[in-house]
Amino acid sequence: MYRYDEFDHAFVAARVNQFRDQVERRLSGEISEDAFKPLRLMNGVYLQLHAYMLRVAVPYGTLNSRQMRKLAHIARTYDRGYGHFTTRQNIQYNWPKLSDMPEILEELAEVEMHAIQTSGNCIRNVTADHFAGAAADEVADPRPYAEILRQWSSVHPEFSFLPRKFKIAVTAAERDRAAIQTHDIGLQLKKNDKGELGFAVWIGGGQGRTPILAKKVRDFLPEADLLSYVTAIMRVYNLHGRRDNKYKARIKILVHETGVEKLTTEIEAEWAHLKDGELKLPEADIAAINAYFEPPKLGDRAEGWGELAAWKRSDPGFADWVGRNVAPHQHPDYGMVTISLKPIGGIPGDATAEQMDAVARLAEDYSHDEIRVTHEQNLVLPHVALADLEPLYRALLVEGLATANAGLITDIIACPGLDYCALANARSIPVAQEISNRFGDPARQAEIGDLKIKISGCINACGHHHVGHIGILGVEKKGAELYQISLGGSADENASIGQITGRGFGPDQITDAIETIVDTYLTERISSEETFIACYRRIGAEPFKAALYASEAEAA
Amino acid sequence: MKTAATKTKVLTANRLTDGIAVWLGANGEWTTSLKEAFLARHDDAVAAIESAGQQALDDNRVVDVNVIEVEETEAGPRPFRLRERIRSDGPTIDYAPAFTAGVSHAA
Repeated sequence: MYRYDEFDHAFVAARVNQFRDQVERRLSGEISEDAFKPLRLMNGVYLQLHAYMLRVAVPYGTLNSRQMRKLAHIARTYDRGYGHFTTRQNIQYNWPKLSDMPEILEELAEVEMHAIQTSGNCIRNVTADHFAGAAADEVADPRPYAEILRQWSSVHPEFSFLPRKFKIAVTAAERDRAAIQTHDIGLQLKKNDKGELGFAVWIGGGQGRTPILAKKVRDFLPEADLLSYVTAIMRVYNLHGRRDNKYKARIKILVHETGVEKLTTEIEAEWAHLKDGELKLPEADIAAINAYFEPPKLGDRAEGWGELAAWKRSDPGFADWVGRNVAPHQHPDYGMVTISLKPIGGIPGDATAEQMDAVARLAEDYSHDEIRVTHEQNLVLPHVALADLEPLYRALLVEGLATANAGLITDIIACPGLDYCALANARSIPVAQEISNRFGDPARQAEIGDLKIKISGCINACGHHHVGHIGILGVEKKGAELYQISLGGSADENASIGQITGRGFGPDQITDAIETIVDTYLTERISSEETFIACYRRIGAEPFKAALYASEAEAA
Repeated sequence: MKTAATKTKVLTANRLTDGIAVWLGANGEWTTSLKEAFLARHDDAVAAIESAGQQALDDNRVVDVNVIEVEETEAGPRPFRLRERIRSDGPTIDYAPAFTAGVSHAA
């Protein structure tokens, strides 16, 4: 993975010192809250309902054991013993003191981490496929390009005060695990007929109160042109993006209002000025960044095949876990392990300091010191020999981290909601917990199969409800929580925005409503091979609506 | 000047140093317990707590100062809005077992 050079160290240290001075002046009353607020937000410090919140960037979701141990240490020392992994592959702490922030940031800098650009109208943490660098189906590791984008976008003077925040995601497989079509810019690394690397470029995706899927503006952009082309997009957006209305300020609105053809023409015209200039990426520079992401030397471990089969026969729980949480690696003797942060009835994305330490230790023991954070709020050990799966599973069991539910109905994305968030209108976590408990039986989950539920506590959609197979949006109506359901959303390569079913449901009705939807699916599906989303796309919303609102229909 | 339409109000904010939710108490100090909040039952009292809030803001003791409506119950003041009830009572979930149990799991 990338390692800071002297410049990086000096830059982050300078930012820590600068913020330390700003915090001291704020605490002494030298600067007002109005003056301080934008400064703290530039360093990832929010004020939530109960306390400050610190959002720490995990670049493209990749970290090592030393970094994870530091995250655990911060949780234990400066917070209440836990952290919350987010849908942008970051981690949030919910209870840090403002007066401790400089110390926390200094500790993070020790392990080459920071909280810069985790807030504000700038280019945020670049996200990537959480299986990058290990997935059997990728054309190349997309993270070097995410790192190039990270370096280019960090305190970029031209793009630090955009009309609105800006999110970029990168993937390198046909199967999109990075949700690129819901990002301001989505990049799919691919190869052309000559075997050269380049990108399909998508722009204008986003969720929030106006969910729009991205439009493809380039089918193949040579890798050398990455920065010049992204700069051209940013310039057109920075010039024409609306600043009069924050709800219409994202690039998705510009694309929608301008039209993708006209906007593409403008981007191409801007790019014509840039493409042969200093932003053209030299091969040597790409190679230098790629060198940081050299895959670990994975020796053959063929003994794992036989052992794995025997272990699976002797332990059905282990077999279930392997079936759900282990995915194919580039090396046939290895697997990519999803560590579920969705225990039945638990808080999606939360991990205690002890669990973080355990993951750090297990990454050292079994995954060549590599850990990933997923946008679905789980962790990944990307390089685990099949021969090591059984001891890893035993260790995860002890830590409460062996829930075999990756991709199942209890693997729920949920934003912090009204339990923490100052923007929220309704709670998300208790809804997720109740659904998880209702469907927690392993056999029932297995029968239902792949099903993504995503819950947001307000229209800002941090819980990605628009692209949930079942999406749940919490709103406040007449002072009470109400939950709207949408169906048919998807964030993968066949992305779609979910459609609202009808009137919402109260907190005591929403789990029953989800069960009604699931039962309808089980009745309507052709076979167990037909997933929920496939079934929905075949039969449409009507059977689900009829089941959900049957009593109303009878009364009418 | 008391009007019949005035609902009981309290003044809330977050402490500058640690962001913890606080309410203005009857003794003029900020307290972390809503039960100890000063109850403003008429317009003059509301004006007084608003003034106190502005002063505390100017003095850099608190941030995000707001007057909120509460109902007076036998158990103490209860905010009308769920958001404010959660600010008062904390997250409605069992969010930090080690912290809430008062047990350190530090190695």
